Amino acid sequence: MLADFGFGIIIVTFVVALYSVIAAIIGERKQSAQMVESARRAQLLTFPLLSLASGILIYLLVNNHFDVSFVYEVTSRSMPTYLKVTAWWGGQAGSLLFWAWLLSAFTSAVTLRKWERDREFLPWVIVVSSITLAFFLSMNIFFQENPFARFYQTIEGVQAYTFRPTGGVPVTPPDGSGLNPLLRHPGMIIHPPMLYLGFVSFVIPFAFALAALITGRTDDRWTRITRRWTLWAWLFLSLGLVLGGRWAYDVLGWGGYWGWDPVEIAAFMPWLTGTAFLHSVMIQEHKGMLKHWNMLLIILTYSLVIFGTFLTRSGVLSSVHAFAQSAIGPMFFGFIGVTFITSIALLIWRWPELKSETEMKSMLSREAFFLLNNLLFLSVLVVCFWGVIFPLISELFTGQKVTVGPPFYERANGPLFGAMMALMGIAPLSAWGKSTALTLGRAIWKPTIPALLVPVLAYFAGYTNWVALIGFFLVAFVISVTLYDTFRSARARQRAQKENFLTALTRLAGRNRRRYGGYLIHISMMLMAIGILGIELFQTETQGTISKGQSLQLDGYTIQYNDVASWDDMGAGVNYTRAVVDVSKDGEYLGQLYPRIDFYFDSQQPMTIPGLRSTLQDDLYILLVDWQPVSAVGATFKIYHNPLVNWLWVGSLVFILGMLFAAWPDKDPSLRPVRAREHVPQTSAAD
Amino acid sequence: MQRSKFILGGLLILAAVVYLIASSTQASAEYFMTIDELKAEGSGAVGKSLRASGAVIGESIQYDPSTLTLSFDVAHVPGDNADIEAQGGLAFVLHEAVTDPTRARMQVVYVGPKPDLLRDEAQAIMTGHIGDDGIFYADELLLKCPTKYEEAVPEQSEG
Repeated sequence: MLADFGFGIIIVTFVVALYSVIAAIIGERKQSAQMVESARRAQLLTFPLLSLASGILIYLLVNNHFDVSFVYEVTSRSMPTYLKVTAWWGGQAGSLLFWAWLLSAFTSAVTLRKWERDREFLPWVIVVSSITLAFFLSMNIFFQENPFARFYQTIEGVQAYTFRPTGGVPVTPPDGSGLNPLLRHPGMIIHPPMLYLGFVSFVIPFAFALAALITGRTDDRWTRITRRWTLWAWLFLSLGLVLGGRWAYDVLGWGGYWGWDPVEIAAFMPWLTGTAFLHSVMIQEHKGMLKHWNMLLIILTYSLVIFGTFLTRSGVLSSVHAFAQSAIGPMFFGFIGVTFITSIALLIWRWPELKSETEMKSMLSREAFFLLNNLLFLSVLVVCFWGVIFPLISELFTGQKVTVGPPFYERANGPLFGAMMALMGIAPLSAWGKSTALTLGRAIWKPTIPALLVPVLAYFAGYTNWVALIGFFLVAFVISVTLYDTFRSARARQRAQKENFLTALTRLAGRNRRRYGGYLIHISMMLMAIGILGIELFQTETQGTISKGQSLQLDGYTIQYNDVASWDDMGAGVNYTRAVVDVSKDGEYLGQLYPRIDFYFDSQQPMTIPGLRSTLQDDLYILLVDWQPVSAVGATFKIYHNPLVNWLWVGSLVFILGMLFAAWPDKDPSLRPVRAREHVPQTSAAD
Repeated sequence: MQRSKFILGGLLILAAVVYLIASSTQASAEYFMTIDELKAEGSGAVGKSLRASGAVIGESIQYDPSTLTLSFDVAHVPGDNADIEAQGGLAFVLHEAVTDPTRARMQVVYVGPKPDLLRDEAQAIMTGHIGDDGIFYADELLLKCPTKYEEAVPEQSEG
């Protein structure tokens, strides 16, 4: 009953969303403010409606309503309540509803803003976001992705149906099959919603971009309104990626965090275009340039967001992420095709009006570096896209399916990442407008010298890999330039304002939050680069079967096997096997680690949890591979030594700080950044 | 003057990207083949970088923890998702493959920790090469278990 009600609400919401699209278009055509207001209210209604539908789904999940097939698939009686709630996005149908719910929340937030000066955008923002919403709901309704479908017994067996089939008898399984234990990890609980938050937030700037194209109001108003949306979208998407990596590192037991899997790339691609967009809009706001670029980048980002959702949902590519094959694939393709072609057609239509207000004067100017930045991000995108679709292309042309693995991405992207790092170091010191090699060289030689020391020191410390040495130099170069530029500006302010240095520094940063937040993010990226260089280039491993008291050696570490114990926890439905090993390095005792194997009874699946010793210098990552309770053979361990990898996570934390610093709403109006091209006071809530 | 410089710069970047993609593709291409195709190819497939998928035969799984050597047989499944769909979905196709004794089978050897998801009727995706002995030596092993879980069950082992 309740399930039918939930499904009914989804249908009602779908109709309401369609109504808001039609009302907005009619209202715009007839210049009827009343109609547009009606569309806006319809749009606002979708949020409480979908909240109710989601509430019902959560109620069913928490209360073990296994007659609902989705509840059966993703929960079981032994799961704690919080996991049952998060099982909402643990399966396909539920996560589509989750997507729609987030989208309705965001579009409601954006339609609630004050629209006085941007009235003409409103109907088109409603049209774009409501079409997107209706598309996702249509998956729930028409394409067998109904989270409220229930089990019925018919002549053909037990199957899930939305409506009771003739002669069908309702079936309620005694227990659910349970969420895969691999997914019962904090990283995996937060990772999908973070990615989705990022995905969905990018719909808002896209809606405004299209509104700007359709209305012809192609100045930088749309980028200013959506600036904060873009920043938050980017923060969430980045966090989603990092959390996914952390989860892989903690749970998957292969000592890595990123495997260039198609689904990972699907989430990475909108991040690439989003990052380029984030940088590129600044040039539009400062100089009135790169307007075509910004439109193109946000259109690409939107399409890649839908493509990302599609790839993770359709099973079109074989991937470590085993996804259900379903009918929604062609629909997603169709939707991406239609929206992409429409957007590009609009862009071409408005092409002449998006002409730059100033000409680019020098290849070494700040604006030229931003252009180069766009090109580099797009290059990485092309590499990734090529890798993902290459099997399809090769099959089309040669009849032989050829795939490319991680080495392809590493080899092709490596130099591009290096170029990006170099650019990150050079660009902040470049001048706007006219710039020559001489002026640039003058600005840059000072911070370069300390950076050159780093690879030299690293060489003598034993890091002789030349890729690593170049990498370490670039990391040091970016950090050195960033600190140097900050220091120089703070000193200038100190002299001009007669403040002490710290006051000057905080006021400087406080009044240019986007700039210094961005600097902090650049530094965080470099810290992450240290971790990536460390694990990619210097990871070592060993493995062996040893009996109690014996030990294994790896890079100066001695790992001695002490004990193993195995016990059942019937309440949680898990058998735990926990080994105890003593770790020492160069004769010095460091402590104990406890690599584990958890065996989940409901899903009959083991889960290998590494024993991890993490320092800023390196990680020791020990897996219990196999163990024998009685025989003298003992236990088998696989051990990874991952130098510097912790900087990846340290960098992620710095990244969040930088992002919050750049994006946090200003409370004190005196701290509002004032820029030359900003004529109108910013009062709207969405800014 | 400036304009031509920018165009030249753009072309240089384009050329670099094309070079990177082309050379990297060549260096890391893996031929995706089904077990049937591998059997048909015979010794022609020896030495090539290969990627193959098959259904895991549960009773053939053997693991020697002292050498971390894992050995199991896989049965042929279609390589094309559309075919798998047409035949009734991945879970069904895998079940069919394992229970059908006439299907082409191949032995797989992998050195490393035994993956948690390795079990009867799982789909194994192996990357590696075929030895002269006709055994598939996998450097990398991915597993999917569509029967029990709907989604997002990644498991990856790298050697």
